[in-house]
Amino acid sequence: MTLHYDVPGDDMSLAGKASTEVKRALSRLGVNPAELKRVAVAMYEAEMNMVIHAGGGVANATIEPDKVTVVLEDSGPGIQDLDMAMQEGFSTAPERMRELGFGAGMGLPNMKRNSDYLDIDTEPGRGTRVTIVVRLGTPTGPDA
Amino acid sequence: MTVREIAKILDAELITGESLLDTDLAAACGADLMSDVMAFVKDGVVLLTGLVNPQAIRTADLMDIRVVVFVRGKHPSKDMVAEATSNGMALLATDYTMFVACGRLYEAGLRSSGTRAPRAS
Repeated sequence: MTLHYDVPGDDMSLAGKASTEVKRALSRLGVNPAELKRVAVAMYEAEMNMVIHAGGGVANATIEPDKVTVVLEDSGPGIQDLDMAMQEGFSTAPERMRELGFGAGMGLPNMKRNSDYLDIDTEPGRGTRVTIVVRLGTPTGPDA
Repeated sequence: MTVREIAKILDAELITGESLLDTDLAAACGADLMSDVMAFVKDGVVLLTGLVNPQAIRTADLMDIRVVVFVRGKHPSKDMVAEATSNGMALLATDYTMFVACGRLYEAGLRSSGTRAPRAS
């Protein structure tokens, strides 16, 4: 099954909701807590990036018995230097976002760390598409 | 160290989560930046933070952190308390600064921190 979310870019009170809901759905399907946490963290970081840098976007989470694929797509400014962005501690988050608790420069490294496959398709001025795959080692419920 | 003990050591007010008072916690994480919280892994963690917004609650929830202490006299909004309550989390507030709050818990025997997750390859 695929869960679809529109992620608004102008309402911080909603930022992170989509990831929270995906975590709940996986939990209901009986996915083990460690795998569930990996999906949740990787998606949350990507979702927050979309809110902070790109003015929001869309997220689709496809749940299959052996893996979860999350695709997050935006029409934001794109990532200027992906290699730099993958470095721990490197951040371009504006000051107002740091005050909100973001901009540690751990977003992309956390995505990488928690996914089995990560693809970031980005072009300055065009937008960014992030694909996250987390494999599930334990059986999920019959609805998966 | 139980949540009840933590509340006493930090002279903290329990805002929600009375049912977790006897929950035993093995480690603590003090951070204002949420991605730093997510870079650490450990079960049975209490999060101490000066960040008071919905993302503090959501980050904790995603990391299976059930207990959050707000430091420096900060109090969460009604919406945050409602979200934490429906998540089954405990929220506490202390007037101590981050440094002193962490120091008091450390001195009282809560010595373990989160473990750094393996570096992304």
